[in-house]
Amino acid sequence: MSADHLPSEFEVLIVGTGLPESIIAAACSRIGQKVLHVDRSAYYGGNWASFTFSGLLSWIEEHKQEARNKDEVKEWKDKIQEGEEAILLNTADKTITNVEVFCFASQDSEDNIQEEGVLQLKHDSSVTAPGTEEDGGSSEDCPGQQIQATVINTVESSPSEDPVRSDSQASAQATDDAPSTQEENHGNLCSAESDKQESGVTEHVSASPASECTDGKKKKITYSQIVKEGRRFNVDLTSKLLYAKGSLVDLLIKSNVSRYAEFKNVTRILTYQNGKVEQVPCSRADVFASKQLTVVEKRMLMKFLTFCMDYQQHPEEYLDFKDHTFVEFLKMKKLTANLQHFVHHSISMVSDTAKTTKGLRATQNFLQCLGHYGNTPFLFPLYGNGEIPQCFCRMCAVFGGIYCLRHAVQCLVVDKETKRCKAVIDTSGMRISCKHLIVEDSYVADEQRKGDQHRQISRAVLVTDKSLLKAESDQQVTLERLEVEYMNWTIFYLVHLTCPSSGTAKEDLSLVVSRLFSENVDADEKVLWALYFNMRDSSVAERSSYNLPCNVYVCSGPDSTLGSDHSIKQAESIFGQLFPDEEFCPPAPNPEDVIYDGDGAEAENAGFGAPLEPEHNKPEEGAVPEQENEKAMTETEKNTTVTPVSLATCDNSTEQDAE
Amino acid sequence: MALSRSLCFKHGRLKVRTTEEQAEEKRKERENKMKICLASKEACFEKRKSNVLDEEGLELTKQLLGGNPDFATLWNFRREIFQHFEKEKSPEELQALLEKELSFLEACLRVNPKSYGTWYHRGWVLDHMPSPDWARELELCNKLLQQDERNFHCWDYRRLIVSRSEVSCSEELEFTFKLISSNFSNYSSWHYRSTLLPRVHPDTCQGASRAHEGVLLTEYELVRNAFFTDPNDQSAWFYYRWLLGRADREETVSCLYVSREGQRLVLSFSRPVNVLSPSAELVLFVDSLPLMVKWRTSHPKLKHSALWICDLPTGTINEACSEHSFKIHWRNGVVQRECVLYRGRSESWCRDSATDQQLFRSDLSVEKSTVLQSELDSCTQLQEMEPENKWCVLTIILLMRALDPLGYEKDTLQYFKTLKAADPMRSAYFDDLRSKFVIENAILKMEYAETRVVDLSKKDVTALYHLDQLLLVTHMNLSSNRLRSLTAQVSMLQCLEVLEADDNMLEDVEGLCGLPRLEEVSLRNNCIAKIADLRPLASCPKLAILNLQGNPVTKVTDFQSELALLLPGVKDLIA
Repeated sequence: MSADHLPSEFEVLIVGTGLPESIIAAACSRIGQKVLHVDRSAYYGGNWASFTFSGLLSWIEEHKQEARNKDEVKEWKDKIQEGEEAILLNTADKTITNVEVFCFASQDSEDNIQEEGVLQLKHDSSVTAPGTEEDGGSSEDCPGQQIQATVINTVESSPSEDPVRSDSQASAQATDDAPSTQEENHGNLCSAESDKQESGVTEHVSASPASECTDGKKKKITYSQIVKEGRRFNVDLTSKLLYAKGSLVDLLIKSNVSRYAEFKNVTRILTYQNGKVEQVPCSRADVFASKQLTVVEKRMLMKFLTFCMDYQQHPEEYLDFKDHTFVEFLKMKKLTANLQHFVHHSISMVSDTAKTTKGLRATQNFLQCLGHYGNTPFLFPLYGNGEIPQCFCRMCAVFGGIYCLRHAVQCLVVDKETKRCKAVIDTSGMRISCKHLIVEDSYVADEQRKGDQHRQISRAVLVTDKSLLKAESDQQVTLERLEVEYMNWTIFYLVHLTCPSSGTAKEDLSLVVSRLFSENVDADEKVLWALYFNMRDSSVAERSSYNLPCNVYVCSGPDSTLGSDHSIKQAESIFGQLFPDEEFCPPAPNPEDVIYDGDGAEAENAGFGAPLEPEHNKPEEGAVPEQENEKAMTETEKNTTVTPVSLATCDNSTEQDAE
Repeated sequence: MALSRSLCFKHGRLKVRTTEEQAEEKRKERENKMKICLASKEACFEKRKSNVLDEEGLELTKQLLGGNPDFATLWNFRREIFQHFEKEKSPEELQALLEKELSFLEACLRVNPKSYGTWYHRGWVLDHMPSPDWARELELCNKLLQQDERNFHCWDYRRLIVSRSEVSCSEELEFTFKLISSNFSNYSSWHYRSTLLPRVHPDTCQGASRAHEGVLLTEYELVRNAFFTDPNDQSAWFYYRWLLGRADREETVSCLYVSREGQRLVLSFSRPVNVLSPSAELVLFVDSLPLMVKWRTSHPKLKHSALWICDLPTGTINEACSEHSFKIHWRNGVVQRECVLYRGRSESWCRDSATDQQLFRSDLSVEKSTVLQSELDSCTQLQEMEPENKWCVLTIILLMRALDPLGYEKDTLQYFKTLKAADPMRSAYFDDLRSKFVIENAILKMEYAETRVVDLSKKDVTALYHLDQLLLVTHMNLSSNRLRSLTAQVSMLQCLEVLEADDNMLEDVEGLCGLPRLEEVSLRNNCIAKIADLRPLASCPKLAILNLQGNPVTKVTDFQSELALLLPGVKDLIA
């Protein structure tokens, strides 16, 4: 919506479209509150967003440049009335640092590389769409050349990296949290025939990694190919998974927001042990089929996991070890080294220092999530994590919430007497009054913070041409500290690495990358393209760490854990403070039960439509580049064999009837 | 703002239909539906009555069956219509119609995947299609079995498709492997596997129902993975038991016995048969000439028996002849057995011995017995980890019996104790199973010793087995066991002379009936209460000594005289 037509009065104003903000927006709108939801970016999700490859390249550009002064900002001082004072907000995002890009794929002579099928026009229109960022046009009107230049630069700089330095950094980092290696095998989400023929690679609809690999070898993948195929995958800024029985899945089902999204089950979990990447047997079927375990180990593992399922019922088994670490407990249980590794790093995923009960609880949680949607406890949104905030936004819009992207807030207007925030003034100089204000942490100016409460997350996104399972490395180092999320497309594999930062992302993660992949161009498995960046983790900040009016609430950005529990908890708690007597996200009614003011035609289009086409009813009419891409994706998706998991209907594993 | 629209908010609430409104609407809808259904049903029946077989009939039944696929009459009507079309329409038209029928059936299966009528009709349609697409049907089975791997309707249908379309057994074997890998608690898959294996890898020595030994070995490994992963899942154990078993013994005459004195001939078969059935084809040749005889079982209660007796007409056995040959043709001469009775011998027999035939253990090659030994080791290991698991203990016992029944006798008995403790609900079953093994061992020991005496005393036996194997036994000791009855099968001990069955809990002696050579019976300390319970003994002509001490029956008034009346031949009654 163009800012000119915005109403000037709202009950709840929400700044930032990350996960917690979007959940609060949906919850408020659902109970009939008048909600305005804005974001400074042209896309939904903030640091939770997912991009196509070219979208990611634009994002990189944006975050490589220094935050510039917004000199075009309209004057706001005249909007402040007597008895009021202003609190300035950040209009630029400073949460992403140390962005580094490396390209190892061969460059070819094509001058103008861009995603196939993406209309140049769309980029342009998105740039000229009503917004406030004056720099958009120059950076985006010819993305191909820009990207090319970037890549050449970084390739030149890559040999200068000091292996010794990165070594020490990574080992220091090895004392931190967040173990586990996960792999996601997404099968073939896309299989557009025309693209395949042009690039000369044989199309294989088989999801088996082996056949994928032979495909990859047939032809060296060039950078232009990645860009061309870039529309086929979405890259998450924040790499997260949904626990099948976790709070996010519960909320999605409870609120009926799940109907807007589709999910895939993570098919296998890998771990790196003794220099090898192995599959972790976590379900009964996995244990049965596993070739790495002896039958005795199978029994031990199953016995231990069965115990963990209801460990509270058997206090005698663990109470003596309550004050010992989980690792010691596993040793006491006489599990073999192999099994200890699996349980500790891949199933419980707790740190070395975690106590027995914490490890048991984590293991129990993992096991309880198994079998609901498949063989692993994890789900993943079909079009990336960026889907989830958008789904909540959509729910908000369905119940009357108003959306405005590329719309930043300059300052809060605070009543000097009540010390409450009465209104905000946006970047177009308009004054919008509100009763409650929710802002994402990155919008809060440093002056309003009491000390720096932030941690950092190190992230790496790798595009590779080979599955991790086939990867072999002769180094005897373990990779327990990192999360590797992993998906494969027809010819590319995407690897996500996440860990709490101790240095820059490159320093933290490059050793792991070199362990997993040989960066030698001639090697069989290689990284084609790599992106490193640090993201601010504001999840530790508490309400008392901000100097803000009492009716202003701050949501944190993504944290480094695997699930999204923190965000859900935060959203629910903020909603509870706003409306203590209201239910949090009650189920949305069935479309046919909603009574509309207008005629029936309108009712049919109420946004409760089939979840298969989530993009057609996006709660925003402004041209966002992803929107177009995802629409195309939905269309190709229909021709494939992928059967997406639907949350509401998939829980049939428990009701098998006996013959 | 594509999605901001005016919803009806009432006091800030979205207005939603109330449950009563919804319920009322549903009720009306149901009423309407019922009316339509009843009307179409009437119309269908009317049409069928007047033999109107047209497309309208298809349409009407389709509506009804779509809602309720278990209406068998309507499926029949549909088949009648299609049969009528078969005569009327061209193959192309018929093909198109039946293809439509298949997609209708698919929709029905989606609603109710376990309707007998739908599945049967689908098979019928494919059999009547000019050009059926079997591959597609197989794919359908795959999908439905993915949804519910235990849908036996679908399994049945799959077997039908496989047999019609000549899908290779090895492909099907691979399919069962896939299903087992995703969830091994699947009896259907394991069972299908047991039927496929012998066909893919037939065993040339043991006949059609068994798989080749080498293949069985890899199967052991597969199933071992399953029961180590979840030892409480029965499906894997059952399959394992099938692997350990062996082919049914061929039907044969295992023993031919002739008694000069009794002028009788007794046949023992490898399994119970009925020689009186018209198809039996049992012919006796005496000195190469066919002889018409009357066959009977050892006890009037037994109709189907492993033991058949005939009395030879007087003069058949002649003292003057130096020898008589007896020959049996069974099943048209496919099975033959012969024995010769020489002058001066009171009896003669020809038989297969239990030890030679390895009657009570699997037929093992050396290679396989080392494999079984390692199976036994891994099961013992599992048992140490899971001392409570009865399936594991039971399998250990079976393995021990397969390997060396006598050598493992002590261990086996010990494991039976564990087994009973682990599953007290089935202790009686385990007792009987144990008795069976004990008796098998006793028979083996007797044969090794080449005697006709079997001692089963103090073995805690609860039931008697393999009595047909004891045809030649003259002395049997069953004392100090837990027997409650001497069943009709005991009458198979046709040579029995002395029976000791003291200290049991016998309430009757039903099987001590018509035993021609029985002379002495000791039944001390049992529970025989009525004189009438001893009536079977009256048919044993030679019975002279009977011990009934410690039985309630001895307290009956006029016991002595009543018994003398019943058993006049008994000279020596101890009571």
